Amino acid sequence: MANKDAVGRQGPEFELTVERGKIREFAKATQSGAPGYLDVEDPVIPPTFLTSVNFWQPPEEAALFGNLDIDLRRLLHGEQEYIFRGAPPRAGDKLHARTVVEEIYDKEGKRGGTMTFVVTRTDFTNDDGDLVAQARATAIETGRAPSAPTPPQGD
Amino acid sequence: MATVNLEVGTDLPSRTFGPLTRTDFVRYQGASGDFNPIHHDEEFARSAGFETVFSVGMLQAGLLATYCTDLLGPEGVRRFRVQFREQVWPGDVLVAAGRVTSVYEADEEPRIDVDLTMTREGGGVAIIGFATFSTDELGEDD
Repeated sequence: MANKDAVGRQGPEFELTVERGKIREFAKATQSGAPGYLDVEDPVIPPTFLTSVNFWQPPEEAALFGNLDIDLRRLLHGEQEYIFRGAPPRAGDKLHARTVVEEIYDKEGKRGGTMTFVVTRTDFTNDDGDLVAQARATAIETGRAPSAPTPPQGD
Repeated sequence: MATVNLEVGTDLPSRTFGPLTRTDFVRYQGASGDFNPIHHDEEFARSAGFETVFSVGMLQAGLLATYCTDLLGPEGVRRFRVQFREQVWPGDVLVAAGRVTSVYEADEEPRIDVDLTMTREGGGVAIIGFATFSTDELGEDD
């Protein structure tokens, strides 16, 4: 079971620099043809681009979930949200990021017993200290391992 | 950018993605830095009880975001939220659709809220989403 005392726990602050080549790679991987990503010199990031903090966060940040006593075999990604104050960050911007455990709560599941919801929020500020973006992730720890669903059998 | 009539109740033109391939999954994993082997390593996926590899949830979230930004403009997005429902498998064709639910002004700019769905053709809903866009830049010739 997730450790509810973890609410309010913060990871270390880390920096990331938004790069044009990564924006282009991400836009193409998500099948965008928008000139605003592919052709301009200072493109904004696509809405879900900040998921690529994977490349930047220090190991202690990745360990944040480990410290919450969550059973990773029963973990599902339930929800993801991005909020931008004005236009999203652009290529060349340096961002300062920090993740906090925002909320942990239980719900009765239809099939899997009690489900525990763990909400983490990462705040991104610019060099002036202004909040420019937030990413909020909701992970669900199911009461028991979800049964493996079957893929389509083909046409 | 497409010219779209944006009033409450307006359906945005739908868009189809796929059929998705394993290469699409790997390409997204490379772009995002999430290398969970369950999305590209057949043997690993089977050992975890799945018949085959399945897509990264954030890939279909990214495709749904692309659906919005390619219609409404990359600079206009103010909020993008998704809930994950069904898994997405190799060969799946995904249909993105959206409907304007609110037109208003906030932070001194005109905005719209949009409800979004991404459906597996011949299957169920893969994800639902909610987006807020500034429409300030729309309608200008640039």
